[in-house]
Amino acid sequence: MIQTSDRFRDHVARALTDNDLKIALTRTTGLLQSRRRQVIDEYGEYAEARRRATAIKDHTLRHLDHYLEMFEANATANGAIVHWAKTPAEARRIVSDICTAAGAKTATRVKSMLGEEIGIGDALTDAGVERIETDLAEHIIQLAGDPPSHIVMPAMHKTHEQVASLFDDKHTIAPDSHDIPDLVGSARRELRQRFLSADVGISGANFLIAETGAIVTVTNEGNSELTCTPPKVHIVTAGIEKIVPGMAHASVFLRLLSRAAIGAEITQYTTFYNGPKRPGDADGPEAYHIVLVDNHRTEMLGSDLQPMLRCIRCGACMNHCPVYAAVGGHAYGAVYPGPMGSVLTPALSSLEAAKDLPNACTLNGRCKEVCPVNIPLPDMLRNLRARQWDAKLASPLTKVALAGWGFMARRPKLYHLVTGLGVHGLRVWAFGRNRIRRMPFAGGWVKHRDLPRPEKGSFMQQYNASEHGIRSRR
Amino acid sequence: MNSADIQKPRVGLFVTCLVDAMRPNIGFACLKLLEEAGCEVEVPQAQTCCGQPAFNSGDDATTRAIAKQIIENFEPYDYVVVPSGSCASMIRTHYRDVFTDQPDWIERQAALSAKTWEVVSFLSDVMQYQPDGIHYEGVVTYHDSCSGLRDLGVHDQPRNMLAGVEGLRMTPLKDNDACCGFGGTFCVKYPDISDAIVSAKTQNIVATGADTLLAGDLGCLMNMAGKLSRDGHKVKTYHTIEVLAGMANDGGICGDGE
Repeated sequence: MIQTSDRFRDHVARALTDNDLKIALTRTTGLLQSRRRQVIDEYGEYAEARRRATAIKDHTLRHLDHYLEMFEANATANGAIVHWAKTPAEARRIVSDICTAAGAKTATRVKSMLGEEIGIGDALTDAGVERIETDLAEHIIQLAGDPPSHIVMPAMHKTHEQVASLFDDKHTIAPDSHDIPDLVGSARRELRQRFLSADVGISGANFLIAETGAIVTVTNEGNSELTCTPPKVHIVTAGIEKIVPGMAHASVFLRLLSRAAIGAEITQYTTFYNGPKRPGDADGPEAYHIVLVDNHRTEMLGSDLQPMLRCIRCGACMNHCPVYAAVGGHAYGAVYPGPMGSVLTPALSSLEAAKDLPNACTLNGRCKEVCPVNIPLPDMLRNLRARQWDAKLASPLTKVALAGWGFMARRPKLYHLVTGLGVHGLRVWAFGRNRIRRMPFAGGWVKHRDLPRPEKGSFMQQYNASEHGIRSRR
Repeated sequence: MNSADIQKPRVGLFVTCLVDAMRPNIGFACLKLLEEAGCEVEVPQAQTCCGQPAFNSGDDATTRAIAKQIIENFEPYDYVVVPSGSCASMIRTHYRDVFTDQPDWIERQAALSAKTWEVVSFLSDVMQYQPDGIHYEGVVTYHDSCSGLRDLGVHDQPRNMLAGVEGLRMTPLKDNDACCGFGGTFCVKYPDISDAIVSAKTQNIVATGADTLLAGDLGCLMNMAGKLSRDGHKVKTYHTIEVLAGMANDGGICGDGE
C-alpha cells in the first residue's frame, strides 16, 4: 500500500462521518477489551510471563546476529533456502523471482503484516501471479480492494452487513443467507478449490526459532496449513525481530499472544514448519524458502526505538486506544495503525512523512498497560515529538503558542499578572453567563464543549488576599 | 503529648495552572484538607505550570527551564502536593526524562520527584487521613484519570475516602479507566477526535444515572463537564477533593452556579 500518513487529518475527517465504520469499531473493540480482561484475569502467571517475554526479547535483540545465524544454519540444515533482504524492494524481488522460477500462476497467501509491509501482494500481481488471500478477513478486503485496517483483524472496518452484500456481489455462488455462519461457509466454498490448486503458498511467521530453525504460525482458520502444505513451493517472509532462541521461549509467547490479541487462551492452530517434504512424507512443499527482512530494523537497534522490536503484533494496543476506536485503522494511512503503528511508521518511513501520528495521541498509557511485552509506547511517542521538535517539524502555530507561553511560565510575577487579567477577561467575555460557548483563539475547545466561567480572581489572587496568604507572607 | 510536639510535615502546594486560572476552589479545598490532616501548608509564589504543554510537544529545553524553577522553589518542602494526577506524574515520573544529561541537576530532580504526590493519594497513603463529618447528597460516579491511575496508582484511595462521605452513593462508570479525550494540547490540536472520545465517555456517564461526576484532574473534568453542558446534561462535575473538603456547593464545573 502507498503510505498516506501525511493526509491523516483528511482521513480522520472522513472516518468520523462514516457511520458504518463507527458501528464496526464499536462492536469489536469493546468485545476484544472485555475478552482480554477475562482471560488475563484467569491467567495467574500473567505478570511473570509478561516479564519473562520482555526479558527474552531484550536478550535476543542484544544478540540478534548470533541468533539469526543460528537460525539460518539450522533452517538450512532442515532443507530451507534462507534469503536476506535489506529493503522491501529486495524482498519483493526475491519472492517474485522464486515464483517466476517455479512457473507459478497462482499463489495462496496467509495474512502476514510483514508481507503488507514489503508490499508483497502488489508485487505478486505485478509479476503476473494471481494472489489469493486465504484469511477470511483478508479475503474480504481483497474483494473490497481495501488495505488492512488492523494488524490481527484486517477487516475490522467492515460490518457483517457490508460483508454480506460484498459476498452477494463477488462470490461465484452467493451466500445461502446473510447469517454469519453462512457468510463463512460461502468464503470456504469460494476458497477451498483455490487452496488445492495453488502453485505457491506464502506465509509470514509469528516466531522464528533459532535452535531448531523452525518457523511458527498462529491462526484460527486453518488457512495457514492449507496454504503452506499443498503447494509445491512455500515462501516465508519474516522480519528479523521475530526470532526467539528456543522452543521453551516460544511457548512463553504462545501463551501471551492469543490472550492479548483476541482474548483466547490459545488459537485454533499453532503450527511449527520445519522444512520441505522429506522422502516418505505424505505431503509438504518440495521447495521451502525463508526471506528474512530488515527494513530499518537494524537501525532501530541501539536507539530509543529498540523496545519496539519486542512487538509480537498482537494488536492489544490498538484495541485499547481511544483514538483508534474513534477513527479506525485506515486513518493512519500506513500498514501498521494504532499506537504501535504510530511509533513504527515514522521509523520505517520518516518523521516528515508521518508528522501527525506521534501527536495524535492523548498519552493515556492504556496501550502500554495492555502490551504483553511492556513496550513504553507513550514514552516513545513523546520521544518522537521531541525528535520532531528538534528537527523543527512542529507546526508554526504550536511553536508561536509555546514560545509565548514558555516565556511567561518562566516569569512567575508576569505570569500571575497575565493570568489574573486573563481570568478577568474571560469573566467579562462570559457576559454574566456560567458557560462560554464561543471564543476567539479557543475554537478547538468551544467547537464541541462549553468552557466554564472562571471564578472571580485566580487562585493566586484569591490566596494572596486571604488570611492564610497574608499570614504566610509575614 | 500535644500537637506542637509532633513535627508537622511541611507541604508545598502546587495548585497547577488550570486550577489557578479556572477553579481556585480546588486549591482551597486542598489547603483545607491538608491542614486538617496535620500538614503545614505553604503556597510558593514562584509557581506557574509543571511544564507539560512543552514536554508533550517535544520541547525539552523549555520543559527543563520550567522544571528547574519548580525544583528550586519546592525543594525546601518535605512534600510537594498537587491536585492533579497528570501534573503530579509530570513532576514525579517525567522530569527525569529531561535531566538525563544534566549531572548537576539529576540528584535534585530525583529528590523532588520522589516527594511529589497527587493530593488524594497523599492524604490517604502518606497522612492516613480520612475526613470526618462531611456530607454530600448525591449519586456519584467516578472517572479514573489516566496519569493518576497508571503512573501513580490512584484507584482505591479516592473510592475509599469517598465511601466515608455521608449521603454519597457511588455508582460504577462503564469504561472508568478509558481516556476522556482531553490529553492536554491533544484536545485543541485534534478537536474532532477528542470530541468523538469524550462523547463516548459522556454517554457512559449519562447511562449511570448519577447526578454527580468526580475525577482527580481539572483538565479531564473541564473536558467532560464542557461536553455534558454542551449536550444539555445536568450532571454536576467536581474534583474529588472539593467533595471531600465539603466544598462542593456551587453547582460544579460548567454548572448553573449557586
